[in-house]
Amino acid sequence: MNSVILKIASRYVRLILFSAAIFALLRGHNLPGGGFIGGLLAGLAVVYKGFAYTFREARQSMRLKPEFLIASGLSIVLLSMIPGILNGKNLMHGIWYKIPLGEAMEIKIGTPFIFDIGVFLTVIGVTVIFLLVLNRE
Amino acid sequence: MAAILLLLLIIAFSNFIIPRGANRFRGIILAVFQLVAFVFFYQKLAVTNAGEVITESYRWIPELGLNLQFQLDGVSIIFALLVTGIGVLVFLYAQAYMKPYGHLQRFFFFLFLFSFAMLGLVLSANMIQLFIFWELTSFLSFFLITYFNEKEEARAAAFRSLFITAFGGLSLLAGILLIGNIAGSYVISDWVASAAAIKAHSHYLPGLLLILLGVFTKSAQFPFHFWLPGAMQAPTPVSSYLHSATMVKAGVFLLMRLSPVMGNTPEWNYIISLVGVTTMLIGGYFALTQRDLKGVLAYTTISALGILVLMLGIDTKLSVKSAIVFLLVHAFYKATLFMVAGFIDKKTGTRDLTKLGGLARQMPVTMVITMLALLSMAGLPPMLGFIGKELIYEAKVQLPGIASIILVVGVLANAFMVAVSVFLGYKLFFGKQGDLPKKPDEKGVLYLLGPAVLVLLSLIYGLFPGIINRMVEVALQVVVPKALDIHLKLWHGFNQVLLLSVFTVLIGSALAFFVIKKPKLLGKWSNLNSSVFSFSFTKAFSNMISGFVGFSERNTARIQHGSHRYYILTIFVVTSLMLWYQLYDTRGWTLATNITLQPFYISILVAISIAAAVFTMFSKSRLSSIIAMGVVGYGLSLIFLYYSAVDLAITQILAETLILVMFVLILQKLPVFAKLSSRATKIRDMIIALSFGGVMTTLALKAINVEFNHPISDFFLENSYTKAYGENVVNVILVDFRALDTMGEVTVLTIAALGVFVLLKTRSKKI
Amino acid sequence: MEIILAILTGVLYTAGVYMLLRRSILKFIIGIIFLSNATNLLVFLAAGIVQGSPAFVDGKAADSSLIADPLPQALVLTAIVIGLGIIVFTLALKYKYFQLTGTDDLDQVKQTDKP
Repeated sequence: MNSVILKIASRYVRLILFSAAIFALLRGHNLPGGGFIGGLLAGLAVVYKGFAYTFREARQSMRLKPEFLIASGLSIVLLSMIPGILNGKNLMHGIWYKIPLGEAMEIKIGTPFIFDIGVFLTVIGVTVIFLLVLNRE
Repeated sequence: MAAILLLLLIIAFSNFIIPRGANRFRGIILAVFQLVAFVFFYQKLAVTNAGEVITESYRWIPELGLNLQFQLDGVSIIFALLVTGIGVLVFLYAQAYMKPYGHLQRFFFFLFLFSFAMLGLVLSANMIQLFIFWELTSFLSFFLITYFNEKEEARAAAFRSLFITAFGGLSLLAGILLIGNIAGSYVISDWVASAAAIKAHSHYLPGLLLILLGVFTKSAQFPFHFWLPGAMQAPTPVSSYLHSATMVKAGVFLLMRLSPVMGNTPEWNYIISLVGVTTMLIGGYFALTQRDLKGVLAYTTISALGILVLMLGIDTKLSVKSAIVFLLVHAFYKATLFMVAGFIDKKTGTRDLTKLGGLARQMPVTMVITMLALLSMAGLPPMLGFIGKELIYEAKVQLPGIASIILVVGVLANAFMVAVSVFLGYKLFFGKQGDLPKKPDEKGVLYLLGPAVLVLLSLIYGLFPGIINRMVEVALQVVVPKALDIHLKLWHGFNQVLLLSVFTVLIGSALAFFVIKKPKLLGKWSNLNSSVFSFSFTKAFSNMISGFVGFSERNTARIQHGSHRYYILTIFVVTSLMLWYQLYDTRGWTLATNITLQPFYISILVAISIAAAVFTMFSKSRLSSIIAMGVVGYGLSLIFLYYSAVDLAITQILAETLILVMFVLILQKLPVFAKLSSRATKIRDMIIALSFGGVMTTLALKAINVEFNHPISDFFLENSYTKAYGENVVNVILVDFRALDTMGEVTVLTIAALGVFVLLKTRSKKI
Repeated sequence: MEIILAILTGVLYTAGVYMLLRRSILKFIIGIIFLSNATNLLVFLAAGIVQGSPAFVDGKAADSSLIADPLPQALVLTAIVIGLGIIVFTLALKYKYFQLTGTDDLDQVKQTDKP
């Protein structure tokens, strides 16, 4: 597919899709979303790029290679278990840290969230590998 | 004892640590450790000769009442000394013999491990433990026979021996379990204590038969004898160690162990004697017509094993005593003969008896050793063999009832032994020399060291039998508790037994004379043998095996036909039938909800999905069927959305989109749908599919009726916000409550990605 | 409504099994997708469907019987993503098969251990 409109649109659409992916990931704990949904959305962004240009270009333009994404995702999943163990709890026991922001706000960061980031990265990597490999052949 | 066993085990494995560069002393190093073990047991001889029994016990599986128990008594010490003593000599011999071959680490590992296993077998005081060692020796025998694994015959022979001995081992285990059940224990001393109860029990005969099957297979008794000649494919050190002196005696050992438990009943006497006598005769008869030197020795070994089994079957004090003496006799002369045979093979390059001959000049020392060993085999003075044979005759003469038959057969079998001895002695050293591949010489001290020592022992014990008298006496007390005093003597004076001996020698010599003087006659005899006894055990065995394999193959081909679709068909037909039956069986429930089409947009959605699914089934275009499939997926996601599953709906939409994209990507590279199935097939498949769909619908309806009082979900709902700080319970379940599952899932995804990657990124040849 | 959804489940199973029994691998894969969809729906349905109150909590006590059951949703969510992985893998497998043999016919797959 060689369409100028698609190419130009892809720039913005991808931005939107990526933002939506991050958004879905961040709010996942309280509202619909999460690592799986975010990962699939980000995967779709790569699909869009692939259709607008070629999948070869899509791959080359990726700053993080899918293999790296999978590896780091799985590592993060494993890392998220460590705080639980260090605190003498069971494996994967959720540990939360509160970072106060100003007067009334605070950000809660917990191991489940880190876990979700790992899932997110892995799902992106897997989706991209699926797409690229299937299309390359 | 356990320490010595452990030492042997460690040494066996540390064989792999000894570097290959040390191959020149490998056998000698191992022989030293065998010597250590031998000295250990030799020192214990004084204790056992005093009539004491040394026992050791270690915790093993206390839950099952099993302990590692070792017992050193009169019987086991004889075997232990044989195993380690002959072990020393065999390892020295193997050092010289194995030099030209590769894989010495492996070979010596197996051989040394065998000595460990055999020693463990004879020291076991617990039948389960004995069985484990018993099987271990079978396995090691397999690996040693197949040492020249590039030869097909060696592999086939190894398989035969493993198959037969392992089969026997299993039946032995069954027998042990049966008898152990009666005695309530697996310890041999407990068995001896409850011997009367065991003999009276109705499981006595089945137990005995099963155990005897193990004994007969291991000790190469008729009709299982044929694996032993095949085992001659092994390197000669193995033949002289496993297949003459030790492993094949394991059955005899077990008979001695069990004689106080199960012996002295008509079943024991008749079955064992009958098998023993048959084996003895057959072994002797076939030994004479063999052309392979090791083949001759193998058949005489079979014959000797037959004698041993027969003597234990007769089960009188005298016969058991003769068995113990003959055990020593045979171990001494047969190990010697095997080693000498290997030496001759090495030096002349052949084992073919039609070619070998006239070696007296080239190998004088060998001749002396061989002649002495043959004297022992023929049962002539002054060797220990003479004493053994005299005792055997005496035992037979004293036997009531069937004695006369056994005596006649025994004399005949012994005559064969004499004939074989005379024939071998003459042919090897004085007969006409054929074309030998090599010019023989007599270099190599290590080759002759073992034979010389053994033959010397045989001679010394023959001349001064008093040395071993006490040892035999103690062993006899173990086997037959109330022993009678019979002293071993070389000269018994003129009596019936001596007359029999003379008679035997006469017949044997006459036979040998014919064989030597009329080689043509021997050839004819051999042919006669093969025509009269056209039934070859080896062939029958392989026919049986290949028949069984063929039978299995045919049935497997029928059941596992390899047609992928019929597997699926079978699965779904069976599943739906069973589910229908289950539904029918638990009928009687009523539908809780009413049929309603409200809200109507969901009804329309469902209708569209159904239409799309049906369309997919019958569409002839690939693209449209894929799009219809997509419609179903999106329809599902809307249904999820409507029924309060927001995350689910989003995921479904995204996944469906990705699937569609990938389908479209791959589609352009694939062929169009071909019309492959006939109308009848389609109808059949439709019926199956409808049946399955119907059962699932009913199941779903029934499932709706089941009242859950969601206890797990309640926990999640209650704790999601308070403990896990998350409002979206579904997400909290995924990343917190059930995070381990999610981790597994991500891993599965990664593996799938790897699989796709490997499948499509690697090139392979077109078929 | 459950009844209609149950019928949809049945239809999806029917379509899935029918497609699985076809000789073309593409149809086979579509069959797998239908089966996985049908099973997802079955699990979802069997847990009981609730309209308009998704499983969100904010710490205040609420009657859990009115809220949609989150557990089957989590299970099905996982199943969807894994299903995606399986389907793509099957697609790749099918493509490789077609590349190597030049046929789409499953009945040609009869030998497993011959090169």
